[in-house]
Amino acid sequence: MAIAVVLVVVVVGSVLFHLLSPWWWTPIASNWGYIDHTLVITFWITGLVFASVVLFMAYCVFRFRHREGARARYEPESRRLELWLTVITAVGVAALLTPGLFVWHRFVTVPDEAADVEVIAQQWQWSYRLPGEDGRLGQSSARLIGPENPLGVDPDDPAGADDVIIEAGDLHLPVDRPVRVLLRSIDVLHDFYVPEFRAKMDMVPGMVTYFWFTPTRTGAFEVLCAELCGVGHAFMRGAVQIDGEADYQAWLGEQPTFAALSRPVRLGAAAPMR
Amino acid sequence: MVDATQEIDTDIPPAEVPELELYHPKSWWTTYVFSQDAKIIALQYSGTAFAIGLVALVLSWLIRLQLGFPGLVDFITPEAYYQIVTMHGMIMVVYLLTALFLGGFGNYLIPLMVGARDMVFPYVNMLSYWIYLLAVLVLVASFFAPGGPTGAGWTLYPPQAILGGTPGGQQAGILLMLASLMLFIIGFTMGGLNYVVTILQGRTRGMTLMRMPLTLWGIFTATVMALLAFPALFVACVMMMFDRVLGTSFFMPALVEMGEQLKYGGGSPILFQHLFWFFGHPEVYIVALPAFGIVSDLISVHARKNIFGYRMMVWAIVIIGALSFVVWAHHMYVSGMDPRFGFFFATTTLVIAVPTALKVYNWILTLWRGDIHLRLPMLFALAFIVTFLNGGLTGLFLGNVVVDVPLSDTMFVVAHFHMVMGVAPILVIFGAIYHWYPKITGRMLDEKMGRFHFWVTFVGAYAIFFPMHYVGLVGVPRRYVELGDPAFVTTPVHGLNAFITVAALVVGFAQLVFLFNIVWSLRHGRPSGGNPWGAASLEWQTPETPPGHGNWGRELPIVYRWAYDYSVPGAPRDFIAQDDPWPQPPARPS
Repeated sequence: MAIAVVLVVVVVGSVLFHLLSPWWWTPIASNWGYIDHTLVITFWITGLVFASVVLFMAYCVFRFRHREGARARYEPESRRLELWLTVITAVGVAALLTPGLFVWHRFVTVPDEAADVEVIAQQWQWSYRLPGEDGRLGQSSARLIGPENPLGVDPDDPAGADDVIIEAGDLHLPVDRPVRVLLRSIDVLHDFYVPEFRAKMDMVPGMVTYFWFTPTRTGAFEVLCAELCGVGHAFMRGAVQIDGEADYQAWLGEQPTFAALSRPVRLGAAAPMR
Repeated sequence: MVDATQEIDTDIPPAEVPELELYHPKSWWTTYVFSQDAKIIALQYSGTAFAIGLVALVLSWLIRLQLGFPGLVDFITPEAYYQIVTMHGMIMVVYLLTALFLGGFGNYLIPLMVGARDMVFPYVNMLSYWIYLLAVLVLVASFFAPGGPTGAGWTLYPPQAILGGTPGGQQAGILLMLASLMLFIIGFTMGGLNYVVTILQGRTRGMTLMRMPLTLWGIFTATVMALLAFPALFVACVMMMFDRVLGTSFFMPALVEMGEQLKYGGGSPILFQHLFWFFGHPEVYIVALPAFGIVSDLISVHARKNIFGYRMMVWAIVIIGALSFVVWAHHMYVSGMDPRFGFFFATTTLVIAVPTALKVYNWILTLWRGDIHLRLPMLFALAFIVTFLNGGLTGLFLGNVVVDVPLSDTMFVVAHFHMVMGVAPILVIFGAIYHWYPKITGRMLDEKMGRFHFWVTFVGAYAIFFPMHYVGLVGVPRRYVELGDPAFVTTPVHGLNAFITVAALVVGFAQLVFLFNIVWSLRHGRPSGGNPWGAASLEWQTPETPPGHGNWGRELPIVYRWAYDYSVPGAPRDFIAQDDPWPQPPARPS
């Protein structure tokens, strides 16, 4: 008997907590409002199912609790009912899956005009590389990483000379321009995670992963690592600053290129480099 | 559908065993320690699983203390925190849940429910337990090893699992973990083959597959799955151990650790993830399917009604088991694998929701027009439905690939899997123990302590994990020893975290009442008799309670019907035992 009451309280309490509690996602700052919409649809459908199933269960427990002399009804199965329930459930699942796959298609389709930006993770800091004036990132390899070349950019690739290198600094991006974020790790798994952007992706040593988004409002956003990467995991923080065009260009002008960073080393090297 | 009225072959020859002496153990050691009796082995498995589970429970308190009150416990450094989280997860999933459902309930119930004297290979069965115990001891040893246990997370993702930035990565921790897992799998394979062969070959006369209780269907399907899934983990462990010890590069690409070029090259960290989750996802159902089966039987017995849609329930178990082998990469949507796989795995994952939902419907339809006795096993079963439904529905968030993107690696995931494969199966374990304790000991568990245990556990566990989803929705990542006050958390979650911690401590202490009840009732529990619930399945029809060695005395039972003949119209009682030939006279006078 008490259990029927508690089941009702669980449903009512859960719904009230959902509606009234102040804990909700952080305001979005990217084009992935679609994801938020899909999430809200999912909350509605699943919430409805949860409430109706548990309330029905509470009713059954209340209505059919043991009474002296009562006997249960003998009813092994009902094909009709089971078929109906299968169909209704399948429709509900399709209603969740269809918008989900639709948005996923957008998520994996990078627009042609997206600019590349590379994020490089290592225990436990973030570095970045922008393609420079030629719009292309130079080749890179973990084997080339050394004290003078912390990101492993290939000095033989001419496309890399004008790459902008931001080592352990903050990334700036222009607002309203789509970016393809290329993700690279030089040691273990990491995950580039900015809650306001909604999108995230693991960074895997030995390969380049990616996602794309369009920042939709200016401001500073915290970067967190979302894939366990050792004892410093929780302290691997960084910042992304979304700027207006003028601020962005001003910032970009102050950043060193790969060629500029390499120059002093070349001068000091015993043998002239190509 | 129901075989009760079907023609029964009255000329079934008796399976009489005139002389059992040869098979009986001859000393105290072979009766209680190196026992080959599945019932004793079941208790050994359960005792060991509970013992190591207590360790995991204490570890969970430490996790929650750190999250609710950061810095309160000063020995919880980041290293210690990740070690605690890793060991808690691994112990709960593998060494407690898998071992308890299959090694514990499987061993106790399979021979009794199919009407066999014992497992088909009793010696191998015994060996299975001792290797499991060894695996647990190796696991425990890692707590005392230099550098402590591994802190790689229970998923043990390389490269970090075997590098110096992770606790135990360059010390003994990870090696002991891998060795322990390999031992576990070897031990489990021995037991698992036994469970499968016993169910297929050891059934008594009349016990067709479609007359078996759903408990057996759940355990059987889960065991087959485990036999197919664990090898993937086994080879992953072997390869990782080679990478760590011999310097191979199965999972290790060229990489630079702390400014130093390592000698690895060419391997794939994602390969490990595929192997791990090819095991890891079926593992969820290896835990869930026995729980599904057991809870079906608890509901049926205590609602005095046959399980609704038995055939559908059986097929749902089998279909879920099969489908669970093609959904593994839904754990890897943001792993960096080709994102187009997302379409396939999201579809298979959401399809699995259909048979699972049908099971939930059928449990509730079993209650409909039933005669519901709100005894402890029924209460736990109801609580299971609520928590499982809740956890299953949040699975629709995480399985739907694009919704998973913002939520993955957050506390939402932690809340989801605790609800669905932590709380829900454990509630079933409790329900099952309240249900079968009388058969195992001949005494009832204390009702008052049981009710206290139930209410605190159910309400408390819900209070822990329901709000935790919202911590994740805010964006709080999992596996963070300390979050601080980042700007994206617009409403601080400290208060909520402290609340969850207090709830977790309370629920944790309620489990001590349960353990006390188990020990106390051994001597002081009310004598139960052989069939206190009026249950129809075979294990309640043994000539002795607790069942003796060989289970059935001289003569094996003959099965005439399925396990769910409750409240059959015209029957003298509200249940007809499986070995009751009603309405025909007995096959032969006993």
